[in-house]
Amino acid sequence: MLKNHKRAAALIGAAGLAFSLAACGGSDTPGDQPEATTEGGESGEALSGSVVIDGSSTVAPNTEVAAELFGDMHPDVRVSVGVSGTGGGFEKFCNGETDISEASRPIKDEEAATCEENGISYAELGIANDGLAVAINPDNDWAQCLSIEEISSMWRPDGPVDSWADVRDGFPDEPITLFGPGSDSGTFDFFTEEVNGEGGAIRADYNDIGEDDFGAVQGVAGATGATAFIPLSFVEESGDMVQPVEIVNDAGDCIAPSLDTVMDGSYNPLGRQLYVYPSDAGLEKPEVVAFVEFYILNQAQIAEEAGFIPLNSDQEQVANDALAELVG
Amino acid sequence: MRQSGRTRIAVDAARAGTESLERRGIDVKGELFRAVLLLCISIGIVMLATLLAYVIVAGWPRLDLSLFTEMPSTRDPNTSGFLPAIVGTLYVMIGVLVTTVPIGVSAAIYLEEYADSSKWYNRLIEVNIQNLAAVPSIVFGILGLAFIVRGPWGLGFVAFAGSLTLMMMVLPTVIIASREAIRGVPSTLRHASLGLGATRWQTVSRQVLPVSLPGILTGTILAMSRAIGETAPLLLVGATTFVRFLPEGLFDGAYSVITVQIFQWAMRPQEEFRTLAAAGSIVLVALLLLMNSVAIWLRNKYSRAY
Repeated sequence: MLKNHKRAAALIGAAGLAFSLAACGGSDTPGDQPEATTEGGESGEALSGSVVIDGSSTVAPNTEVAAELFGDMHPDVRVSVGVSGTGGGFEKFCNGETDISEASRPIKDEEAATCEENGISYAELGIANDGLAVAINPDNDWAQCLSIEEISSMWRPDGPVDSWADVRDGFPDEPITLFGPGSDSGTFDFFTEEVNGEGGAIRADYNDIGEDDFGAVQGVAGATGATAFIPLSFVEESGDMVQPVEIVNDAGDCIAPSLDTVMDGSYNPLGRQLYVYPSDAGLEKPEVVAFVEFYILNQAQIAEEAGFIPLNSDQEQVANDALAELVG
Repeated sequence: MRQSGRTRIAVDAARAGTESLERRGIDVKGELFRAVLLLCISIGIVMLATLLAYVIVAGWPRLDLSLFTEMPSTRDPNTSGFLPAIVGTLYVMIGVLVTTVPIGVSAAIYLEEYADSSKWYNRLIEVNIQNLAAVPSIVFGILGLAFIVRGPWGLGFVAFAGSLTLMMMVLPTVIIASREAIRGVPSTLRHASLGLGATRWQTVSRQVLPVSLPGILTGTILAMSRAIGETAPLLLVGATTFVRFLPEGLFDGAYSVITVQIFQWAMRPQEEFRTLAAAGSIVLVALLLLMNSVAIWLRNKYSRAY
């Protein structure tokens, strides 16, 4: 699978290279240079330079796997991946400090406005799916399936409940301890938007674990009544420390988060797509173009290896179309 | 009735015991104070020992050579290592050293040998240095981000920006330690030198500095050990968490440091990464102990009594 993609990546990479070099060739590149570099691009060896990536800590493990696999093909390209959070990543991105920003939600209007102000234009590419899991302690045997309203009753900013008995009649009187990422996190934005109806709306006294998603796993593992919202990948990778609850979806069914339910969209509204945003300035560099192509064309294998859920065929089509547009 | 009788006997006995002890020349209050002090110090030592034991047990399975020779890997934590982080830490620390020592020692010399402490501006400088020593490190991180990475200096997210940020943080420590060392040089030495016709600069450079060098070195090493353990300010000024290449230099390209790498791996859900983080912590603690031992050794070897 990868082999085929490799070849495709190299071919499209060469095309993209020619395109991007042609674009900037007029200004300062000597006439004979693009050809030489294009040939290098075809062999897949001569690429060098750097790809600076920052953003969501949720997406980072996925991008790191992509960077490692890419590094096997292009050992001279220096790919660095930071974890400033989706919001923190866009702040750097819109300041022109990174080539690619990772995001666990689509870019916000105000972030887009900042980018525009600073003259940073970009493309949006889906790279994987992730379910947002509501994790509970393994000893919690009552909350098997929760509706969004019930989850919201614990997390809403005004008048949240503090005991499971108040979430639903028949639940035991166990105190609720809450863990969740901080406001720099795309996971935070996504959860508050979907559950509390407004991005950023959340009760003030939950345990804010910043960008440390695993901190939430540890917190939930430590108390019977504890619950947290974390990326599904973290729940799955942490073994039996925590369990995810089923969510009542828009069709009224109890759906457990899994590869299939997230991919086919039945795990809603807490299934989501993860994105990368390459900037146009970054895409002038052939190594960035090559990396983005590699990432999109091998998304299924990368996601699988990093513990994420691949794009479904519709999403893949959208990503491929966007990519084709980028590389001309 | 019986109860109170017993109590009285016990109190009397205790009193008699104490009195006889005191009569025999044993200082009860003194001994008690000593015991309290011992208790206090043992709390600190037990905490440190617990921490060390925990980290060593947790990190032992991965404490091998590949830790020092391998690149970090998300795909295979078992062959993952700290190489770029270790080299990055080295780069950052070299940057801290070459900036902190000249500035810090010069400042100390000025304040001790040249400054007139009755002048208001010199007193202002002194107060500010003391205050600077108490500023939380994250504040230096924000300062570094605003003025060194971005803003007027605009170095970008490079190793030297990290160095300068840490330099601001440890400078007060170096200045204060160097001042103590310089103050410890007996004034008879200065007077003799000046009396023989040496200039002020000759006195400072040939008499005062060599004698105070062990103290200055000790202070510098202790400051370096504080800097090497910092995470928060470096995260702000751009130490990245995933780089599979060695830093290009002080002024170019992404870098990582040991603390940030540990921080990142400690929050991964996979057990292997947390073992890796613990192994990295052992390396860091060993490095710190080594640096501090060198500081003590230097102090003992070169300190002279007058």
